[in-house]
Amino acid sequence: MATQLEPEARDSADVFREEVRQFIADKFPEELKGKSVSLSATEGPIKETEAQKAWREAMGERGWGTPTWPKEYGGGGLNRKQAAILNEELSRAGAYNPIGGMGVMMFGPTLLEYGSEEQKHEHIPPICRGEIRWCQGYSEPNAGSDLANLQTMAEDKGDHYLVNGQKTWTSGGQWADKCFAIVRTDRSDKHKGISFLLIDMDSPGVEVRPITMISGTSPFCETFFTDVKVPKENLVGEEGQGWTIGKRLLQHERTNLSGAAPGGRAGASLADIAKKYGRTNKDGTLADPVLRDRIADFEIRWTSFLHTARRAVEESKAQGGVSEISSALKKLGTKLGQERAELTIEIMGLQGLGWEGDNFSPVELQGVRAWLYGKATTIYGGSTEIQNNVIAKRVLGMLDHQ
Amino acid sequence: MAVLNEEQEMLRDMAREWATNESPVTEFRKVRASGEPEAFDRAAYATMAEMGWAGIIIPEDHGGSDFGFMSVGLVVEELGKTLTASPLIATTLAASAIILGGSEDQKAKWLPKLASGEAIATLAIDEGPHHDPQAIEASVSGGKLTGTKAFVAEAHGADLFVVAAKDGLYLVEKGDGVTLTTRRLTDQRSHADIAFDGAAADKLANGGDDLLDKVLDRARVLTAAEMLGMAQIVFDTTLAYLKQRVQFNQVLSSFQALQHRMADLFADLAQMRSAVEAGLQAIDSGAGAERAAIVAKAEANRVLHTMSNEGIQLHGGIGMTDEYDIGLYLKRARVLEAAWGTRSYLKNRFATLGGY
Repeated sequence: MATQLEPEARDSADVFREEVRQFIADKFPEELKGKSVSLSATEGPIKETEAQKAWREAMGERGWGTPTWPKEYGGGGLNRKQAAILNEELSRAGAYNPIGGMGVMMFGPTLLEYGSEEQKHEHIPPICRGEIRWCQGYSEPNAGSDLANLQTMAEDKGDHYLVNGQKTWTSGGQWADKCFAIVRTDRSDKHKGISFLLIDMDSPGVEVRPITMISGTSPFCETFFTDVKVPKENLVGEEGQGWTIGKRLLQHERTNLSGAAPGGRAGASLADIAKKYGRTNKDGTLADPVLRDRIADFEIRWTSFLHTARRAVEESKAQGGVSEISSALKKLGTKLGQERAELTIEIMGLQGLGWEGDNFSPVELQGVRAWLYGKATTIYGGSTEIQNNVIAKRVLGMLDHQ
Repeated sequence: MAVLNEEQEMLRDMAREWATNESPVTEFRKVRASGEPEAFDRAAYATMAEMGWAGIIIPEDHGGSDFGFMSVGLVVEELGKTLTASPLIATTLAASAIILGGSEDQKAKWLPKLASGEAIATLAIDEGPHHDPQAIEASVSGGKLTGTKAFVAEAHGADLFVVAAKDGLYLVEKGDGVTLTTRRLTDQRSHADIAFDGAAADKLANGGDDLLDKVLDRARVLTAAEMLGMAQIVFDTTLAYLKQRVQFNQVLSSFQALQHRMADLFADLAQMRSAVEAGLQAIDSGAGAERAAIVAKAEANRVLHTMSNEGIQLHGGIGMTDEYDIGLYLKRARVLEAAWGTRSYLKNRFATLGGY
């Protein structure tokens, strides 16, 4: 339920809104209007223009790229209401948040919770300013869904760890400055032998190889660690606490991966695409009644998914913990995303299956790659089957099948 | 569960307690066994009205509490959980038509009685087995309404009918020119075909051309709220059953094939709840109510359909017995799925509203 704001709260909201508008008017370069260029983990580094740099620095300095993070570490220190106002005003002005990537989505919130003061002061401010790219060192060739089976070893050498092993699916590994990784510090206990370590990607012994995927080039890499020295102060939490910290981070990841995050889906509606690529009746409705039915069916379910994502946020906020329906968001959102991509290429016919060439529009070509790349969404971040296990056991209390 | 205010929480808790203690499914079984076409317990409805439930959407100056649809939806959901047979939804919807389209005189005459439970009312819209508000033939001439209405829910107990005629909605009281023919459906609740033969009709003239559409939005959402309660209980009951039924020396809930089906149903139920609550909120706020109502009912239809089928299947043979409640939910589910639009109807309408 929407709660009515008290009069004075409304006033302070208005004051804040005014402040945001002024900031945007002063700092947002007109030429960037309608273009969203954020520091993204899943795209290659872009050559920043002067305007883009200025905007990133302005937002970073204010801490508004990470609006709800504490001020003392470079965040905006805003409450949720203010953060919502900031978002509204940014999109109203055609502006965007230039600060993003895995540091913002996953690592930052986790470090704020588990990191030492020194670690927070060292790592959080550069994330808030959009200066450092982080990548995730989780999966290994033999540790996918069974993540705790990971074998990358961090051997205690007194003042440092010596890391050896291989990580895979390290998204954006080739462009990352640093890696948050879960590694093994003890072979005798599967879960308690895992620790959470921060590794500089330019350390000697780190080698990154991009993986070509069914969609062509991709952000995914294999990352090899050979006798990599990592200082002890880069251990987050205690030795052996890595599984707990690592799982907490996955919760942030899954919420973000559901596609329900703001701006999760943009572009033309399915109905508009269908009108463009298919036949219409004189009254402008779709001539293919079956396709029309399928689009409506999808849109209804997508609408209730967006309601569900919103409800998860409201509930979590109200009860001060993660809402139990959050566990269903990832599997619902990714499945719907795939369904939409399939429907889109089907609507376009063979024009929607172009691999390359000038006789396909950039939107068409991007759609094809997105459709293929989208197959990963129900696999990474805990596959749909793993999500089902999590729901059954942790939420529904069904017994472990093993 | 939507985040509720204090009044709503109290209302929900009260409804939950009452339904659980005073109106469990055994009470519905008594109503069913009585064979009365009216198919509800008058004393129970009087209690519900005393608790203020019949007046939740009715303005305070007409004897209600004006808490809105989200609030009445909470009560309806709890009653749906125990298959409580009552004309609460029917009366609330009829009251909403009077609130939206009635004159001051009509409101003053009927709303206090509906709020107090002294009178019962229902909607009489469709004229065949399918929901089809475009195909209304009933007509009024000289203040007399003539036509037939089909499968009118809660018709037997109703003192007042809100009847759709070609040119709008009318109030028709039971009595002269109103003849009921009972239609027994799988849910064993009150349904009747009604022949109106020159019955005195009083037009709801203040609602504008889209009065019927607005009433249908409310009908869809409130019906979906009852379905939500049903889906929730079918899910809970099935989960509890899987946790205690032993086969192959282990409880069924330890089988991954069943765990994943329950995880799917859990996600479906989350979607349904979000859609229904968003629908109730949209009715109260007025923003995008028609689309929200379609989404609510379409999702309720989809999920309860699957849930009721899976509930039977996962219970195995015992779910096929009349002794087990699960089948009662299946038989009520299909009736409510057909009410105010099947998925096909609703998708068609959704696409039309979307301009495709």
